[in-house]
Amino acid sequence: MTLMTKPGVEPLRVEPEAIEEAAKLLYIRACKVLPDDIKEGFTRLDATETDATAKTILATMIENIGVAERMDNLLCQDTGIPIFNVLIGRNVQVDGWALKEAIAKGTARATREHPLRSSVVHPITRKNEHTSCGERVPVINIDFTDAERELRLEMIPKGSGSENGSFLQMLIPADGVAAVKRFVVDRVIQAGGKVCPPTIVGVGVGGTSDLCMHLAKVAATRPLGSHCTDAEGAKLEAELSEAVNCLGIGPQGLGGDSTAFAVHVETAATHITMNPVAVNIQCHSARRASATFTPDGIRIGF
Amino acid sequence: MAHHVLHMPITEEQVRALRIGDTVTLEDTLFGIRDATQIHMFDHGRRTKFDLHGHAVIHTAPNLRKVERSGTNHSGYEPVCIGTTTSDRMERFTRPLMEREGVRIIIGKGGLRDGSLDAFRDLGGAYLAVVGGAAALETTWVQAVEDVDLDDLNPESLYKFSIKGFGPLLVAMDAHGGSLYAAVNAEAARRRQAVLEKLGAS
Repeated sequence: MTLMTKPGVEPLRVEPEAIEEAAKLLYIRACKVLPDDIKEGFTRLDATETDATAKTILATMIENIGVAERMDNLLCQDTGIPIFNVLIGRNVQVDGWALKEAIAKGTARATREHPLRSSVVHPITRKNEHTSCGERVPVINIDFTDAERELRLEMIPKGSGSENGSFLQMLIPADGVAAVKRFVVDRVIQAGGKVCPPTIVGVGVGGTSDLCMHLAKVAATRPLGSHCTDAEGAKLEAELSEAVNCLGIGPQGLGGDSTAFAVHVETAATHITMNPVAVNIQCHSARRASATFTPDGIRIGF
Repeated sequence: MAHHVLHMPITEEQVRALRIGDTVTLEDTLFGIRDATQIHMFDHGRRTKFDLHGHAVIHTAPNLRKVERSGTNHSGYEPVCIGTTTSDRMERFTRPLMEREGVRIIIGKGGLRDGSLDAFRDLGGAYLAVVGGAAALETTWVQAVEDVDLDDLNPESLYKFSIKGFGPLLVAMDAHGGSLYAAVNAEAARRRQAVLEKLGAS
């Protein structure tokens, strides 16, 4: 077998220059324009909030979304740790090494040319290269999809206030799902106002320790209104979404009903002796941007 | 629930007049400070050229654009986007900021802990909550980056901002032992059991 592509179908070739331009554009766009599902989330919380202080805070957040768009400015000063998800469909040809380089180049150019605050430092020396890049950063997650001749690049500037609200517990089978629920409720209480509520609480259940933590991030950064594809996971996220909004933490931890837009759950199979749970939190400035490359061109979205 | 307009710097009497639930608008001058700034000031013994007595500091690290220094701009920077970071990480610096540097007001998000509340009571200080993540709006309250110190720490330098109508901010911790965060945390702890019972996880 020497065939590299399906006979008769020209593969989608994505050039590194296009990836670099897209990475730059997406980092800046993500920092400025909130996805529609998050805006709708604000409308929903504002309609149901009963606390007067919380209503005022939500109104300020909604006002800020408008100011950022009108003044073409950043929603939040935290430019975050840049994360890129690369979803490679079928019959796509890409030089993987060049793709990684192009993402870092685009990130550095966005930082210097806009300019954006470089929030990335060496973990021990704390030295800032002022490029938003460093060893293993941008974080790049590569996965494969069944979309024909399509490559999708997703950008998430992950703010640190909410990222510091990350927790992992290697529970055991005897602890059961009750302990998973307790863990989520207790970590939301512990995080309080520090994670910039209203939040999306991402929960990973199962897998290995590293996969569990990654699932929590996937859950925290997926669109509002999307649901866990596993039926048990979906049930859990509905129950927990209602539960965390009964704690009274509210926007900015100053009291109210609107603690979270939602709790999202992602699941993976795990070992017979294991019951891992992880929490990763996304702040109310739940920023995302995406570029989809197809034979028809590049589509920019969320 | 009074509203206060404070032209900075202020006196101990002025800060002790603030009560949780009050709102405040700051005018004139505000200093930007962050993790690295305070680690260097208090752990590495570095001193600032600025006199912070009676002033307010905000937990921030701004996005700035480099510009030429001019008659009124001594920093060489202009604002791009200035917002607020989570205060809790800087809890242990509240008392030294007040004792050594004379700071009266800390602005941040997410609140500070009991140690800061004690310092506010002992020395005369308050914590004002700004809405985190609303930086585009907050930037419209900042007129200029007037000056900068400890700039090798960029973007965590010590900044002197010229401000106009900075607020409204919410008095969330006061000099009389009041903390909105402590009240919310106590309420969440009280509700926890009922929430867990409903989840079948008590």
